[in-house]
Amino acid sequence: MSDLVIRQLSKSFGGVRAVNDVSFAIKRGEFLALIGPNGAGKSTCFNMINGQLQPDSGEIMFEGTPLRGKKPRDIWRLGIGRTFQVAATFNSMTVIENVQMALISHASQVYRLWKPARALHRERALELLAQVGMQDAADRPSRELAYGDVKRVELAIALANEPRLLLMDEPTAGMAPKERNDLIALVKRLVIERGISVLFTEHSMDVVFAFADRIIVLARGKLIADGDARSIRDNPQVQEVYFGTGKTFKAEARS
Amino acid sequence: MITARTLGLVAAAGAWALTIGHGAQAQDTIKIGELNSYKTQTAFLDPYKKGWELAIEEINAKGGVLGKKLEVISRDDGSSPGDAVRVAEELVTREGVNILAGTFLSNTGLAVTEFAGKKKVFFLAAEPLTDKITWQNGNRYTFRLRATTYMQVAMLVPEALAAKKKRWALVYPNYEYGQAAAATFKEMMKAKQPDIEFVTEQAPPLGKVDAGAVVQAIDDAKPDAIFNVLFGADFAKLVREGGTRGVFKDRTVVSVLSGEPEYLDPVKEEAPVGWIVTGYPWDKIKIPEHQTFLAAYQKKYNDYPRLGSIVGYATMKSLAAGIAKAGSTDTEKLITAFRGLAVDGPFGPFTYRASDHQATAGAFVGKIALENGKGTMTDIKYVDGASVLPSDDEVKKLRPAAE
Amino acid sequence: MNLNAFVFQAVNGLSSASGLFLVAVGLSLIFGVTRIVNIAHGSLYMLGTYIAYSVATKLGGALGFWGGIVLTAILVGILGAIIEVLLLRRIYRAPELFQLLATFALVLVFNDAALWIWGPEDLLGPRAPGLTGSIELLGRRLPTYDIFLIVVGPAVLLLLHMALSKTRFGRLMRAATQDREMVGALGVNQAMLFTGVFALGAMLAGLGGALQIAREPATLTTDLNVIGDAFVVVVVGGMGSITGAYVAAVLIAEVKALCIALGIVDFGLFTVNFSKMTLVAEFLVMAIVLITRPYGLLGREQGAVRSVAEPEEPLRPATTATKIGGLIVLFVLIAMPLIAQGSPYTLVLGIDVLIAILFAASLHFIMGPGGMHSFGHAAYFGLGAYGAALLVKWFAAPMGVALAAAPLVALMGALLFGWFAVRLSGVYLAMLTLAFAQIVWAAVFQWETLTGGSNGVLGVWPSAPFESRPAFYYLTLALAALGVFLIRRFLFAPFGYAMRAGRDSPLRAEAIGLDVKRIHWLAFAIAGCICGVAGGLFAFAKGSISPETIAVSRSIDGLVMVLLGGLQTLSGPIVGASVFAVLQDSVMRSTEYWRALLGGVILLLVLAFPAGIVGGLAKLFARRKAAS
Ligand SMILES: Nc1ncnc2c1ncn2[C@@H]1O[C@H](COP(=O)(O)OP(=O)(O)O)[C@@H](O)[C@H]1O
Ligand SMILES: [Mg+2]
Repeated sequence: MSDLVIRQLSKSFGGVRAVNDVSFAIKRGEFLALIGPNGAGKSTCFNMINGQLQPDSGEIMFEGTPLRGKKPRDIWRLGIGRTFQVAATFNSMTVIENVQMALISHASQVYRLWKPARALHRERALELLAQVGMQDAADRPSRELAYGDVKRVELAIALANEPRLLLMDEPTAGMAPKERNDLIALVKRLVIERGISVLFTEHSMDVVFAFADRIIVLARGKLIADGDARSIRDNPQVQEVYFGTGKTFKAEARS
Repeated sequence: MITARTLGLVAAAGAWALTIGHGAQAQDTIKIGELNSYKTQTAFLDPYKKGWELAIEEINAKGGVLGKKLEVISRDDGSSPGDAVRVAEELVTREGVNILAGTFLSNTGLAVTEFAGKKKVFFLAAEPLTDKITWQNGNRYTFRLRATTYMQVAMLVPEALAAKKKRWALVYPNYEYGQAAAATFKEMMKAKQPDIEFVTEQAPPLGKVDAGAVVQAIDDAKPDAIFNVLFGADFAKLVREGGTRGVFKDRTVVSVLSGEPEYLDPVKEEAPVGWIVTGYPWDKIKIPEHQTFLAAYQKKYNDYPRLGSIVGYATMKSLAAGIAKAGSTDTEKLITAFRGLAVDGPFGPFTYRASDHQATAGAFVGKIALENGKGTMTDIKYVDGASVLPSDDEVKKLRPAAE
Repeated sequence: MNLNAFVFQAVNGLSSASGLFLVAVGLSLIFGVTRIVNIAHGSLYMLGTYIAYSVATKLGGALGFWGGIVLTAILVGILGAIIEVLLLRRIYRAPELFQLLATFALVLVFNDAALWIWGPEDLLGPRAPGLTGSIELLGRRLPTYDIFLIVVGPAVLLLLHMALSKTRFGRLMRAATQDREMVGALGVNQAMLFTGVFALGAMLAGLGGALQIAREPATLTTDLNVIGDAFVVVVVGGMGSITGAYVAAVLIAEVKALCIALGIVDFGLFTVNFSKMTLVAEFLVMAIVLITRPYGLLGREQGAVRSVAEPEEPLRPATTATKIGGLIVLFVLIAMPLIAQGSPYTLVLGIDVLIAILFAASLHFIMGPGGMHSFGHAAYFGLGAYGAALLVKWFAAPMGVALAAAPLVALMGALLFGWFAVRLSGVYLAMLTLAFAQIVWAAVFQWETLTGGSNGVLGVWPSAPFESRPAFYYLTLALAALGVFLIRRFLFAPFGYAMRAGRDSPLRAEAIGLDVKRIHWLAFAIAGCICGVAGGLFAFAKGSISPETIAVSRSIDGLVMVLLGGLQTLSGPIVGASVFAVLQDSVMRSTEYWRALLGGVILLLVLAFPAGIVGGLAKLFARRKAAS
């Protein structure tokens, strides 16, 4: 059974067709890479899946539940976590408080007015931070972190509600190559251990080809390829999109 | 940084604690606590202050009262009732005064009236016009000097009746003073001239009249006569726009307070000739009391007095007379002394009525005229306040709160 | 009333609209580029009226009047540049809104300066040479100067449009309005740009003021009368949109003209005097516009401005030192009636200070951790005060009941207004809260039979056993301490964290299941409720209340207290309120020109502590610690 099914999804901004009639699906436990040049519509896809943007048309089903029209917070409660392309943490909080906030929300304790929040879920938050290798920074203000570390904290936050699907928009942007590999390897391990499905975008083709179970390619809002690493590499249309612009896979740095 | 927060808190507490230590001391002067909206009613209160300073100077030059000099501790009342009450409390508790005087705005005047009643402090309201200070909300401890809204209107009503106009338009600032003046005018006019029609009422916000539109709306209602209560900057705007648009031409205009130099002087040669007004034609009053006052004032300040000067001067003169009559500054004795107290003011003698604690000081009624490029009044007559006030019996019913 | 009359009033309205537009457009430009809420804009306008008056009367004739208008615009423009260079430039890195505090101080200083220079009397300028008469239109007389104004508004709009699209400076301004960071990134000299914009905005304010001298006198109350209108126009039009400002000015002026033209209308069962509506017409328009169009008529959603200031420190629970310090302060406060036995006034002031603390702390609750800059917090203070006072007046309720009702009434208001307000953000939210406060104010002001109108409610005194001053002081202290304690508790609880999460990153907050609007709505309600207690106490402390408890000036006082203490610290509002209340009290007593003095002191504090007093002290200590 597929975890997430997307059918004929479209979204325009003014005259720009950011996402144009896109359909794909993710199976449970699948590690799916969504690639494409800048402006291809990847983030827009993510934003529609997580409810931040409303599609113009099309259908998004998660475990049989239609997501269209639902708010981000409700979609999160259904078990879909996400990270942002431009990392977003709560700057006035420490690293661990960021994670605790997500845990508090998961436990539906947000409207409590009395007991101090610091004491809540600290153990579990430390565990999550340990998983992403950030336990040592737990009590530092999150605004002081290096960008790569922020991305890791974001991952810890996204894992807080034990999601069954994780959407990761450029999780390794701003990281050194070694870091990238480590992070994606970590995510891959989580996928295998917990049976989480992951949809992620990533500009480093080495990483994508090394880890992704399957790859789909967007260009100018259209889905142009869907397959394993080899078939994507050999796909002439994909080559056209990447090489035709005079760029290599690798040169596509960040957006 | 934790220490910093604590320090901040301690500093704040310390600053506040600094105010400790100014208790009342033994007095070799008679202290009068004065408070007023000096920062927002400058045009009136600047001359007002000059007026009471002159009075104090004169009183003390003659040896003061009961062998002691008068000392005025003057404060800004923040132009708000909340601040005014705090300032009044400061004067009473910190400066140790038991006589309060002053206020301009009706709401601050009423708040201090209320305070005086509760805390049993003598209060002479100098300027606020609202009838409520001596009537609905009047109390045993509060007296008022200035001719009230009711009185100002009542002085003008005979003139308005004499004009024999049927269709009247009303324009007044949208707050208690304006509303009360308009209501009183309507009531009195209807009683005497049953066929009167009020064709429109314009109530612009105080200080923010959209004069062009307002005079136009008045004109469109085709009134025979206009009753105006706007003053200050609103009055100036009204006069200029009405003049340009010819709205006042061939119409009788009856206007409250517009003959006061505070409001008439700014419009200079555009002074609306022929308007029937209450006011203060300082250059036309020939009674000796005023001549003396005028000479002293001009000598001290090298400027002519405004109505505020009269109010300030008469306030302190009243207090001096009251204290002298009481033979003491004891509050109860002061109240007794003020009931029926006769005072000689620049407009001649007046008394504080025992029935409602209102002074009978009147005002001048006349027509605005233009002389030497400046507005003044002609056909002036002094209307004694006593002649327009309701009788003692009627007043009793109006003062439910006072004993 | 016929059609001609209405049409004519509409034409009248256009000339008023030009006036409104000229006040507002400079403010819009300044805000768009620098994000400074320039409260002193009305003061610049007022200075414009005075300077133009002086030039026109000293020089006389056409040259004096028309030349004076040009000269005034230039002079006020230069003044604007000076303000920017000497004052504002030093505090751009301060937390958001802090510049508001500096411009508030300028309002005080400029007002006293004008009093000192020009004296207390209203000064009516000459009529405009060449435009003194009127023409016939629809059987009515329209002053030629009005026609001139009707043309001037759109002319200035057109000129500005051309300047903004054709010149490099203009293009930079537009770019900065849309994305401030980008301009910095483009390597543009941001300081020069800001100075230029401030000078231009000030110049327009000066021009607007100068043009009015033919219609109204220069008076000392102009500054505050004008600033509200200016903000309303800017916000209704959409921040940064000058065309929007003109459209908004026309809309508001026409609504007012219509109200005046309607006058008294008899609806059979009741009659309405529409001219009284002009009291709040602009705020009603603003509330309706903002509820239906959250970014004003022609405004666009603004990219979130990342604050240039240092972000807030994470909350740390009180250390033993803080707890001991807090206890000492509390102990001193409890002992105050004994310490101050010789000077009962200390308790009088103490009650005022404690009420101010509760007021400021509740405002800080939504402003700081909630990130919602309420410019209308006085609404909840006033609702509390009136809730209590009216119960006493109409039902002779005992004090306990009235004081219990105060927070409930305020809560109701906050729930209602907050529901709309949290749907907006930034300055739009601020202005909607202001609009609501003004509507409450106007309702209280107008509803004479219920509320006593402008005179307010009298005779609201504490009942036994709180009649004595020390007893009422203890009551106030207990409630203020409880309120501050609760606020602190809430902030450390999950709810407080969720509030800050929603402020720090609404997207992220929503993406982890937080209902940001609902959380902020409840925060708004809590703040209103606690503020209502302050209002209730105020009524009983003073014995009477009037609409002034809800006035804009009280809302601004609250902002000043919070910013003075420091937006980013929990004790900031407490320190800010104490300092402000005590300062104001002592300054008011010390000199005739107390406003200038108060403004001067605030300016010094602003320059010395650009993160507020507590924030500044905290930084000092941190540096000391790092050095040792
Ligand atoms: N909020 C928006 N408003 C207007 N256009 C947008 C918006 N978000 C994205 N776009 C446009 O949609 C297209 C796809 O953008 P995006 O999804 O961010 O691409 P990617 O993530 O693949 O780089 C781009 O042309 C972009 O300019
Ligand atoms: Mg993207």
